[in-house]
Amino acid sequence: MRRHRRISFGRILLGLVAGLVFAFLMLPLLVVFPISLSSASYLQFPPPGLSWQWYLRYLDDPSWIEATLRSVKVAALCTVLAMGLGVPLAFFLVRSRLPGIRLLDRLTAAPIIVPTIVLSIALYGVFARLQLIGEWYGIAVAHSVLALPFVVILVGAGLRTFDEAQEQAAAGLGARWPAILWRVTLPQLRPSLVSAAFLAFISSFDELVIAMFLSGAEMTLPKKMFDNIMMEIDPTIAAVSVLQILLVGLCLGLASLFGRGVLTTTMTR
Amino acid sequence: MELSVQGIVRRFGNVTALGGVDLDVAEGEFLTILGPSGSGKTTLLKTVAGFEIPDEGAVFLGGEDVTLAPPRKRDVGMVFQNYALFPHMTVARNVAFPLEMRGVRREEIRRRVEEALRLVELQGFGERLPRQLSGGQQQRVALARAVVFGPGLLLLDEPFGALDRKLREGLQLEVRRLQRRLRLTTLFITHDQEEALIMSDRIAVMDRGRIEQVGPPAEVYARPATRFVADFLGESNLLDGVLADGAVRIGGFTPVPLPGLPPGPVTLLLRPEALRLAEAAEAAPCRGRGRVIETVFLGLSVKLRVQMEDGPEMLARVPLRPSLPPPAQDGEWLAVGFAPEDVHVIPRG
Repeated sequence: MRRHRRISFGRILLGLVAGLVFAFLMLPLLVVFPISLSSASYLQFPPPGLSWQWYLRYLDDPSWIEATLRSVKVAALCTVLAMGLGVPLAFFLVRSRLPGIRLLDRLTAAPIIVPTIVLSIALYGVFARLQLIGEWYGIAVAHSVLALPFVVILVGAGLRTFDEAQEQAAAGLGARWPAILWRVTLPQLRPSLVSAAFLAFISSFDELVIAMFLSGAEMTLPKKMFDNIMMEIDPTIAAVSVLQILLVGLCLGLASLFGRGVLTTTMTR
Repeated sequence: MELSVQGIVRRFGNVTALGGVDLDVAEGEFLTILGPSGSGKTTLLKTVAGFEIPDEGAVFLGGEDVTLAPPRKRDVGMVFQNYALFPHMTVARNVAFPLEMRGVRREEIRRRVEEALRLVELQGFGERLPRQLSGGQQQRVALARAVVFGPGLLLLDEPFGALDRKLREGLQLEVRRLQRRLRLTTLFITHDQEEALIMSDRIAVMDRGRIEQVGPPAEVYARPATRFVADFLGESNLLDGVLADGAVRIGGFTPVPLPGLPPGPVTLLLRPEALRLAEAAEAAPCRGRGRVIETVFLGLSVKLRVQMEDGPEMLARVPLRPSLPPPAQDGEWLAVGFAPEDVHVIPRG
């Protein structure tokens, strides 16, 4: 029997556009990866030969390693802060019946809208007085301001689709509010929570402008990369980029693994 | 456990959702709150469950004042409109939830979950997720979860609304049997009058935040206390008139003799099945003539709309038998009659 199939122009066009966008996003990687393995001592494409030298240079240089560890530390603290503040805020913004709450909800996007440079200068003024310049946790606090909107928007969106009757049901079945939160509400928000944490982490790990103002001599990885490009341009930067991409890719993989709802895990158990 | 609701008032802004509700449900009784949407029946249920705190009045469960008690201290099992099953937990975990919250031992939990699932005929479904079940099965899981911890009171908030008709009828009887077996005091909420008639020991009809009438289904159906109840419960012909000299005159009919009743404005209730048509109407004490506007075939019966000569439009229902010809065609003139004994008189204030 013949199966009916309709190939529409729209589908082909969609596939084409998707392919182009994918290529646009991926092509830079096809340049960065080979360069990082280059045997040449300057940025050259295509590389004349293959070598691990730039990765070894990165691993041997304590200032790179320190910057990397510092960035991980900053991003981790930023994630904790943004989640700790953002999740309760999202609950408040979605659940509150105060007049004007919609306006307040919009306002949480402000840190994204205000130019980062403006935010940086303002933070610099405050942090200088508090003697937080050059402290890694100072950068984390500043980054959490940037990360907060992502958390509020993502968790808020998840919360809006959550059926509140379930919390009533849980309360009626004998649960106190901590049990309701941990056993009923948060597990179902897990995909939103994981995505929010991931975005918070990345938004800090990648951030340059605020770090330039606040880090002083204690550089984060993006600041170190920036300085490297300004001063001695060599393929180390490509190697670091690849490592950074791999780390982010790893986070993304973990995020999709843990964020994929509980449904699949309970089914395979 | 018996439930007593006394003088409950609940306002939202300047809307009065409940305007002084009194209601008693006896131990083991199945009481249905029947009302249109916006009548306050859900607010009343939430007040009993503890999700709403009333502005005035009190709720007593088993003689204990629980007006201000949080839901978890009320010993009430509830089935929500959309079941509110936890989608991330298996059926067994859902049913185990109230037991875990009460700190029941693990083996005991397993035993009672199994027992509850057997009760709703879902043994073997414990490891499935709610979304892998049909609507009717989900409904039964919700029911199992609501009764597994042996609550003193079961609340059902329009639990059959989302199900198709056939499934609904089966589940209605199943819930009724379960309720009888467990001797569970039950407060059931619906806007479906048929459902209320099928399931209830007693029905409380609500309108605009007040209970209009409470009584057994047959009584509420046959002798509604108000015009609203008569109109809401079943189909009806409601005829306004004035009772004077022991009779009421209604347009289109000979006077209706109603001896022994105080004079005054009244509404007469005539159920469609009380009307007699054609030859059957010849001997009826109250008669008139009307023209058939519409006939609707209902399987076991025919419903007719009849426009009375110089009178109201009447709704009649005539049983059908295969051996009998249909009672009338559209546009046909025929005699319409009824007996005064089939008339229920509602005083008009």
